[in-house]
Amino acid sequence: MLFLCLGCVTLVILSLVSVAIGSRTIPLNEVFHAFSDPADSSVSAAAARLRVPRTILGILAGVALAVAGTLMQGMTRNPLADPSILGLNSGAAFAIVVSMAFFGLNTPKQFIWVALIGSAIAALAVWLLGSMGPSGATILKLTLAGAVVTAMLSSLTSAILLPRIQVISTYRFWQVGGLSGARFALMVPVLPMLIGGLTLALLTIPGINALAMGDELAEGLGSRVKFTRGVAWIAAVLLSAGTTSLAGPIGFVGLVVPHAARLLVGSDYRHILAASAVLGPILLLAADIIGRVLTRPSDVEVGIVTAIIGAPFFIILARGRMLRQV
Amino acid sequence: MNQTNDEKSVALRASFKRAVMVIVSLFILALVLLYIDIIFGDSLYSFTDVMDVIASRAPSGITFVIGELRLPRALTAFACGALFGMAGASFQRLLHNPLASPDIIGITEGANTAAVFGIVVLGISGLELSAFAIVGGLTTAIVVALLTFHHGFAPQRLVLVGIAIGAMLNAIGSWMLIRADQWDIQSASRWLTGSLADSDWTYVIITMITLAIGLIAVMPLSRQLDMLRLGDDVAAGLGVKVGLSRAAIVIIAVLMLSIATSAVGPIAFVSFLAGPIAVRLIHSGSSAIATSGLVGSCLVLGSDVIAQHATGTQFPVGVVTSVIGGPVLVVLMYFSMRKESQL
Repeated sequence: MLFLCLGCVTLVILSLVSVAIGSRTIPLNEVFHAFSDPADSSVSAAAARLRVPRTILGILAGVALAVAGTLMQGMTRNPLADPSILGLNSGAAFAIVVSMAFFGLNTPKQFIWVALIGSAIAALAVWLLGSMGPSGATILKLTLAGAVVTAMLSSLTSAILLPRIQVISTYRFWQVGGLSGARFALMVPVLPMLIGGLTLALLTIPGINALAMGDELAEGLGSRVKFTRGVAWIAAVLLSAGTTSLAGPIGFVGLVVPHAARLLVGSDYRHILAASAVLGPILLLAADIIGRVLTRPSDVEVGIVTAIIGAPFFIILARGRMLRQV
Repeated sequence: MNQTNDEKSVALRASFKRAVMVIVSLFILALVLLYIDIIFGDSLYSFTDVMDVIASRAPSGITFVIGELRLPRALTAFACGALFGMAGASFQRLLHNPLASPDIIGITEGANTAAVFGIVVLGISGLELSAFAIVGGLTTAIVVALLTFHHGFAPQRLVLVGIAIGAMLNAIGSWMLIRADQWDIQSASRWLTGSLADSDWTYVIITMITLAIGLIAVMPLSRQLDMLRLGDDVAAGLGVKVGLSRAAIVIIAVLMLSIATSAVGPIAFVSFLAGPIAVRLIHSGSSAIATSGLVGSCLVLGSDVIAQHATGTQFPVGVVTSVIGGPVLVVLMYFSMRKESQL
């Protein structure tokens, strides 16, 4: 409890910092003034108001990705699972490029559905490939299946992009994962997807707790293993596709956060999920702020910062104890 | 006892015969594809034209088209295909994993990111850019190997570490691409897909020499690779210097890969597919790496013929290999996952 309160306080502070800091730094009292007085039309107030949707998108994306990662790690019992590692992001990216190149779609609203279909198919493919064979979905097999599907989709993506310069210039901005394009009008249609995903996530927690004991034991205890996995998979796809359609592929948040949460609150997935939902936005906002400060006045997109922070973390995990169980 | 020995030697002879047959037919196929790649194009040339060019008797127009454009292009395709195939097969055999090709374990990403950095930030091109990409690939390989080493060497850990390093390099690469201007993006993304369009004699010479050195160096190591498959302890018992031969194979494979990549860009999936196809063709391990090289040559030459002539527009060769190779890769994955023998 204490931890959750501390986390929430940190989150509030980070949100304020996120509104205050950027290519133009605004003192906190002016930030408060901008929101308490709608008539304030100074440049600082306008900048602060512009950064609000960005901050909110950061919070939404952080919660969604961290919860999706928690679900994926829980249901696969795989400490290296994450929406980007298991191919969901590249599925969404591929589907969006196909829709840009062949169907002439170009509005973010259309991309929501395209991203959803793309990552759902990629997720299914990775799961089917990785769980093939008598020993089921081992860590190495699932990770490799994710890498193989990603390799295939991203080379097909570049094959489609290459002859189409116009599409490349639209796509490359989407592809890195950034919060700078955040607008409330775009977030609203995605909200039901995220809320649906979160609800399903909450519903599957008892099942995932049971899965942690192994499939057979969970079944013996009366848990419906396949059902739990199916629902958790759907929830993870909804959450990560929703985020991806708004902010582009942001990797490694779903990987890092559940581990930090597990270190802090133990192995009960009720606690892990709650802690992840607080830590996720903290990490994402922090990464976004770092990206804004690092190369001022221009930004480093948040997806790049998370990859640079997250990849070493993945390597530490891969070097650790858990690989003996591959 | 005698009988089993006889049976063994009969089986050995049969597999040797098969390997020779496969290698000879692959070589013939490669030559045919090479020939097709040279004679077809905007204007069709005959065999005598090609011979005239080689003997420098041909009119200057034909000499230019064949001697300066098509012949270097086809020879580069042949050499780089072989290099990709041999490098990929070496990694796959070293790591006991058909999916552990350089495209997955981050080395290709290292060369790519270095090349993007060279194009976008340093503004270099040509041989300088190639050298830069080679350094990028080598550095990445060293970093991945060092990070993997932790209470001994585990091939599976190397795959995971490579995936992470690759993801990180990709992020850095796309960050640089966002800040690039239109012209640089085009040359960078063409480079990233793999294209034979810029081939010239310099590259032919460099890649052919690498191929010759690679063949000479890999052959003796190939046997040790086979013994390493039995496990480190067994191999050491058989007199293999485990650490040394592993390091030698990695260095040779990375050099072959980086030099080929620096000449034509990372032609997708060739290093990935050549090894498994070769193993299926010859059924035995002994000459798998050389066979993989020939399979690689055939893949690149065949894809180049398709890329140039199958449709009205000309594509870079990497587009064809990724459209064909991607699905094949997933099918391959399907089989090796189901058997689990190599995982």
